[in-house]
Formats: sequence, structure tokens, C-alpha cells
Amino acid sequence: MNLTLKVWRQEGPSESGHIKTHEAEGIPEEASFLEMLDIVNERIIIDGGEPILFDHDCREGICGSCSLTINGVPHSKDTGITTCQVHMRRYRDGDTIWIEPFRARAFPILKDLVVDRSAFDRIIASGGYISVRTGAAPDANATPVEFEDATDSFNSAACIGCGACVAACKNASAMLFVGAKANHLNLLPQGAPEKDQRTLAMVRTMDGEGFGNCTNQYECEAVCPKEISSDVIAKLNRDYAAASAREAVD
Amino acid sequence: MQIDAIFLHIGVVLIKKSEMNALCKTLCDFWDSSIGKKLIVAVTGVMLVGFLIAHMAGNLLIFQGRESLNDYAYFLHHFLHGMGIWLFRVGLIVAFVLHIVATVSLTRQNRAARSEKYAHEATSRASLSSRYMIWSGLTVIAFVIFHLLHFTVRIDPDLASMKDPMDPSRHDAYGMVIAGFQNPVVVLFYIISISFLCSHLSHGIASIFQTLGFNSKKTRDPFHKLGLVISVVLWLGFLSIPFLALFDLIGDGEKDAPVPMEASVNTELLFRC
Repeated sequence: MNLTLKVWRQEGPSESGHIKTHEAEGIPEEASFLEMLDIVNERIIIDGGEPILFDHDCREGICGSCSLTINGVPHSKDTGITTCQVHMRRYRDGDTIWIEPFRARAFPILKDLVVDRSAFDRIIASGGYISVRTGAAPDANATPVEFEDATDSFNSAACIGCGACVAACKNASAMLFVGAKANHLNLLPQGAPEKDQRTLAMVRTMDGEGFGNCTNQYECEAVCPKEISSDVIAKLNRDYAAASAREAVD
Repeated sequence: MQIDAIFLHIGVVLIKKSEMNALCKTLCDFWDSSIGKKLIVAVTGVMLVGFLIAHMAGNLLIFQGRESLNDYAYFLHHFLHGMGIWLFRVGLIVAFVLHIVATVSLTRQNRAARSEKYAHEATSRASLSSRYMIWSGLTVIAFVIFHLLHFTVRIDPDLASMKDPMDPSRHDAYGMVIAGFQNPVVVLFYIISISFLCSHLSHGIASIFQTLGFNSKKTRDPFHKLGLVISVVLWLGFLSIPFLALFDLIGDGEKDAPVPMEASVNTELLFRC
């Protein structure tokens, strides 16, 4: 199939970018989206041009490295998958595809479609951990966990930190990511002792990184490749209010 | 002894001051945080929605006739020796101002967070109402100013001087409302503004539950529907009055020439018979 690609090209972090048109001809239907970009890049290199830079790693939907906003939707309009799992059979011959980076002030563009998502790492570093004594692993069921809590925590832990929630949000808010990461630990007995400290620290770091504020439009939930529910945001709001109140009393 | 007492006094003051500083710091942190400011928007939103429901219920007394509405208006202005309405007004103004200041500040941060827009923008599920909250909100501010000048401050001397035909010592709220909605342009402005207000509420009410943390997979749909139902009920309730007044379907046609007191008393006597 033959496609027209409208791709965001940007030389470097401080350069201004623009949309450049690339023709993608003779793309096999069975190619994945990233393989299609590989084919286009090989041709660009042969012609002596600069290949289109994009992030990728595992190419099986679990690492959270690939990004790309495809036709205005992070990871494409297909739900519950990452960009690397999008296949060209989803497109028709002659289609025009817009490919842009994940856009957010907190995710500065490094080059072309590659953005710096280390703001997420700093949020995790501020509270996404539990303090435990080292030693042998405890017995499997030594600490009982309610079934509902275990399920909700596990669903939250499915977050791969790709940043699609931020890219899809009209306000570039990171609430789904922070909600998932805080909820994952806050729900478990192992995470309970540091719950307030974690919630306050992660929200404050998020605010400091320049993400926007949640306006409850649930665009994040619609694009999340792991289909994390925005209920984690409601829970984060509740935990933050309780933690702030306890901090004020202390 | 005296010096000890002074030092003790200074110590107490210092402790209090440090406690005050800690409290101020917590409040400032809360205001500066994204979730804190949103919680303030949600709590003030609850107050404003509560006011709207009460206001609409009070307004609907117009369908019970002049006496009911004027009694209600008299009660509002005189309960707690006239202090009650001012307590409500102060509370409402504080909620209204906090709601506006917080949302404008949040919107500015939101715009800064997405400084560069997508060349090809797409929306998956955000409702139209949710995307234009700031604009529907700003329209409501303009409407509130007009509405206060119209019926609370009463800058129109004809509306301000209306007296209840059954008790000329009190203001005729009923006649004022009917007369105030005889101008089609005013009615059109009310229809547009209340529609924007209800669009604002259709997203706002459901958002309150999310921001206050009441949403879960079981409650999200019912809360969303509750928001829509309240918005539609408020839209119908508020707009029924200007619409029916404009087409003379309420009121007894006396807005140009107030009914003489005897006539209305006689009518009442007739009903009693």
C-alpha cells in the first residue's frame, strides 16, 4: 500500500520543528507501524537524508518505550495497545497519516518524535517505592491482602509508564500515571506505612514537573494501552485530601 | 517574676506564631497543588449547585401565585432580622470568587502544560461541555452580573417601585418577575445564559464526585447520570418562568396596570366561598 506520512521533524531540543511530508510506498499490510517507519527510514538513509527518530524497544507492548501520536491519538485509535502493536492492515491504500511526538511541556522533544519522559522517573523516585528490611523473600501468603485490593493494585501495577495519558490529556496532566503508581502501593499492606508521604510527594513532584491538571475528561483512560481506569484518579484525589488533612493536624 | 512572665508570654506567642506558620504553609501548599485547588473548585461547586437547586425551587413558587412568591421573597429578606440573607450572600460570594479564581488559575496552568498544540488534534471521549468549561463559566459570570442588576439591585426604577397590591408595604416580587420578562431580548439572553450554565453543570456535577474521590467503577455511571438529570431539571425549572411569562401563560395580565387591592381581596373572598 502507498501512504502519505505527515511527520513532525525537529533537529534538536532547542530547534523549532515542523511537519514534513514523506511518501511511504509499497508498504506490506503485514508490517507493524514501526516496521513501516523502519522501511521509510532505510529509504531516507539510502537517499542520504536524516532518518526519522522514534523511541522503541521490546516491540511487544510491554516496555513502554514506543510513543507516537498517530492521527492525533497516542498509540493510534486502536484501544488497549501500544504503537508497536499497531499494524498497517488497519490502514487503507492512499491514507494520509499524521505522526507527532507525545506533546507536553513536561516531555520536552529531544529530536523528531523522541521526547524526554524522565519526569516520570523523578515522580517514581519521589514516592514509588516501599521501605522494607532486606533478607529472604517472605512466605507467599504471610501477609493477607483483600481480593479486591489485590486486584485493584495489580491492575494499577500494569502501568508501563509510556506517557500516553499525558499525551492524550487536553491539559497534559499526568494524573492517570501518578494515580496508578500511587494506588499500586497505597492499596497494599506493604505500602501502607508510607501512604501519606508517598501521595503528597508524588503529587508535589508531578506539579513541579509542569504537568497540567485533570479536568475529568477521561481522554487518558481511552488511550491507555493497559486500560487503566480513571478510578485511580478518584482514589488519588481522596488519598491526597486525607494526607493533606493529616499533615495539617501534625 | 515579672521578667519570667514576660519571657513565658513571648514563648507562648512564638509557639502560636510557629503553629500559625505551619498552618499557613499547609494551606498555601494545598492551594498551590493541582489536587488541592481542584478540591476547592469541587467544594465551592457543591455550594453553588446547592444554591441553584434552592433558588430554582424558590422561583417555582411563582406558579402558586403572587402571595406565595411574595411571602417567600419577604421571608428571604427578613429572616434572622434581615441578617440571614446577608450570611447566605457572603457565603455565596466567597464560594463564587474562590471557584472563579481557582479555575482561571488551573486553566492557565493547563494551557501552559500543552504549550505546543497537535497539528492534527483528535478527541476520543471528552464531551463538548467539558472542553468549553472556562467559556461557559465566563458566560455565567456575565449573566450573574446582569441578573443581579435586573432583579436584586433593580436598576430599572419601574421594577424597583412595584408594590404588592395585597400589602403595599412590601415589594411585589411576583409582578417584577412577570414585568421583567416581557422583553424578548432579555428572555433570549436568559435562555442562552441558562443553557451555558446547564452545559457547565452537566460536566461540573459529575466532576465533583470524581474530584472529591467518590467515584469507583460502580458509582461513576450513576453519578454521571445524576449530573445530567440535575442539569436538565435546572434548565427546565429556570427557563419555564421567563418563557411562560413572555407568552403571558403566567401572571394575570396586570403588569401594566396593577390590580387594585380590593379586586384581589374580593377574588380571594370568592375562592373562600
